Amino acid sequence: MNAGGFNPNLKGLSQQEDLLLPGHRLCAGCSASIVVRQVLKAVRGPTIVVNATGCLEVATTIYPYTSWALPWIHSAFENVAATASGVVAAERAFERKKSEPKSDVIAFGGDGGTYDIGFQALSGALERYDDFLYVLYDNEAYMNTGIQRSGSTPKYAWTTTTPVGSVEAGKMEYKKPIDLIVAAHDIPYVATASPAYWRDLIVKARKGIEVDGPAFLHAISTCDRGWRHDTSDTIEIARLAVETCYFPLFEVENGEFKLTGRSRAIAKRPELKKPVSEFLKPQGRFSHILKNQSMLEEVQENVDRYWERIKKLCGE
Amino acid sequence: MILGISGDEAVALAAKQCNVDVVAAYPITPQTIIVEKFSEYVANGETQAEYVRVESEHSAMSACVGASARGARTFTATSSQGLMLMHEILYVASGMRLPIVMANVNRAISSPINIHADHADSMAVRDSGWIQLSCVDAQEAYDTTIMAFKIAEETLLPVMVLLDGFVISHTLQNVSTLSDEQILNFIGNERKSENILDPENPKTFGAMVLPDYYSEIKMQQIEAMDESKKVIENTFKEFGDLTGRRYPLVESYKTDDAEHILLCMGSAFGTAKVVVDDMRAEGKKVGVSRVKCYRPFAGNEVREAIKNAKSVGVADRVAPFGSYPPLYLDTKASCDGINLKSFVYGLGGRDVNKDTIKEVFDRLEKGVDEMFVGVRE
Amino acid sequence: MMYEIRFHGRGGQGAVTAAALLCRAGFLAGKKGVQAFPLFGAERRGAPVKAFARIDDEEIVLASQIYEPDYVFVFEEWLIEYAIEGLKKDGWMIINTKKKPEDFDLDCKIATTDATGIALSNNLKVAGFPVINSSILGAFPKVCEEIKLEHITQAIKNYWPGDIGKNNAHACEQAFNATEVKE
Repeated sequence: MNAGGFNPNLKGLSQQEDLLLPGHRLCAGCSASIVVRQVLKAVRGPTIVVNATGCLEVATTIYPYTSWALPWIHSAFENVAATASGVVAAERAFERKKSEPKSDVIAFGGDGGTYDIGFQALSGALERYDDFLYVLYDNEAYMNTGIQRSGSTPKYAWTTTTPVGSVEAGKMEYKKPIDLIVAAHDIPYVATASPAYWRDLIVKARKGIEVDGPAFLHAISTCDRGWRHDTSDTIEIARLAVETCYFPLFEVENGEFKLTGRSRAIAKRPELKKPVSEFLKPQGRFSHILKNQSMLEEVQENVDRYWERIKKLCGE
Repeated sequence: MILGISGDEAVALAAKQCNVDVVAAYPITPQTIIVEKFSEYVANGETQAEYVRVESEHSAMSACVGASARGARTFTATSSQGLMLMHEILYVASGMRLPIVMANVNRAISSPINIHADHADSMAVRDSGWIQLSCVDAQEAYDTTIMAFKIAEETLLPVMVLLDGFVISHTLQNVSTLSDEQILNFIGNERKSENILDPENPKTFGAMVLPDYYSEIKMQQIEAMDESKKVIENTFKEFGDLTGRRYPLVESYKTDDAEHILLCMGSAFGTAKVVVDDMRAEGKKVGVSRVKCYRPFAGNEVREAIKNAKSVGVADRVAPFGSYPPLYLDTKASCDGINLKSFVYGLGGRDVNKDTIKEVFDRLEKGVDEMFVGVRE
Repeated sequence: MMYEIRFHGRGGQGAVTAAALLCRAGFLAGKKGVQAFPLFGAERRGAPVKAFARIDDEEIVLASQIYEPDYVFVFEEWLIEYAIEGLKKDGWMIINTKKKPEDFDLDCKIATTDATGIALSNNLKVAGFPVINSSILGAFPKVCEEIKLEHITQAIKNYWPGDIGKNNAHACEQAFNATEVKE
């Protein structure tokens, strides 16, 4: 897997200047800044960033400071894709009218801004085929407002709006299969990624930047505060999400599904697949599941069903 | 050149001639002719602008924010529910000091649904930090759209051009147009590329501002709005020098010796002038003024226009709920000591005809304090 | 002198365009003030519609609907009862009909022309319906000397370039010639 000869390695990346600068106020152990820094390792030239309202936006731009070494704009919660469309339109107009070279545009949105409130704007931008990379950093709840359930929160997960009570135990509905929905828009590139597999993520980001038309990169983004895990476990949990097949790594290039990296290896050697309980165990939001055998079995069945579905789509 | 075109067509033509870079808009009656006309320009290669056919008005204004922040000369148009859906992002546009120009074709707001002229939509967003310039006919809609770009780009404030639904938007009349060259000499060929999203000079737009700075940032915006009045006046003057068509912040007709004055906005002004002539022929000393520059509110000019009248009827085309309607409140705050009466007419396209205006003057003459005009029992 | 004209038709017949065309003709006749506007409810094809036009030597500032017209156009006979409302005593009613002016007992001046027949004979149809606006306008120069037939046919040709405009202008001329009047 490569993107036009783009071949990131640790030495090269470590020498590359970071475009999200230190000093921001994201939590210790937050995946969002790791995802963003990895994505920005993939930029190929002048780039403009558009950000939805959320933790990332709030914590990186507290006036009069900014962590962004790129031109950056935040407008509102539900409109990151539409705002990006506007930037892209300006790029096209300047290219046509003044022969200016186009800048790349990257939009960052959380799961609330993507699955829920920003879904219409996203779908519209995809249908218009606007040329930008949309990066979803998915921490599976409204973390900026303090851990409320979203369309991305998995079944039975605890959040402050899906508490574990005597009648209901966590969220009672499934996580929306956003990648399949986005892929159904017939856009040139859709991919999932985990910051634990940095090379896979960076190459996918680069592909998303390079394609003509919209690209969508869905990164699992652990949240120690909302997921109730130790700050030192961040990358380990991001890895377990993939190793348990809770969050398979795949990409959809011009409609063709393909497993990548660790997920591809697991498909070839099923014995590498870990039980979902290993992903759940370090996370306080799932602690009630681990105490309930039938609940745990149901979660495992759901993971297995989704994994089989993705494998089938990927021809494995 | 004189063209027989509607108000909507005049606005679309003006936007095209202003060399806009990006238009992002969504259709809604009675604004739709604007987006249809602009689509024709794009389809026929008559403009090099990018037209983003967004999936909602919320996205229309959001795309305008993105495009304008990137440095594009940006235009959109909407009405009624569309403006309501944009509401949130109007504040983003003004707070970021983006010189977006938008035509709002005034229409009533649901419920009940109604597609006709009413000022409830633009009045609902009067405090969103946009300059609001009201028009009386298609000619003025054309002229004001052109002036709006110059005002927006000099003040770094977004400008809303207001025209009454159907009464102006769909009414065909003779519109005297300018050449592209005249217009671009007047407003400048393109946006200045300062304070934009520029990869060579990265800036952060839309940062998080906490209580330690928020007030100061809002003060800058408030001052910019106050100071914009000068820019607006100068622009009107320069435009008048160029075209002979002069627009004051507040326009008055036969008010100098008037005992009773009607103060209004929008298309009603024309009809009121006819009524003033009719009533003066009967020996009645009446006059009419209208607010062209509603935001920033031209309070001093309003006061000057009406200060000598025995009574002034302030006519709003908005349903007031639990208080007085907006034009009256603004006038009241600027005209201490003047005898003001609040009137409401023309809701949801109820025709503001000669009888409506006469009724206002009759009530002023007789001192009848009754707000609603032209409504059945 | 300002003339006020009101059009009564059904959605799809072209009443709104007729008002616009008459305005454009007025402009070609050298009138400084022209104004045309529709009255929309939520009309679809077939529903009754009203449109208005004003023509004046001076610029027009009036922005209200027309209540006491000098002329009314009636696109279908059954609309006469609506069209007569407010029509000035010496006003003209222009009716699309096969009948003669003498066949109507109305308290106004009457002009008749078979606009539908002429439209159909020129194959002026949209979605199967005859579009009679260009034809019925042909009656106007017969009853208003300020606007000449050539102003109207020119406005039609400007509005629809090419053969469509020519066909419509031809229908307009035919209707002009077929118009009968009763003062």
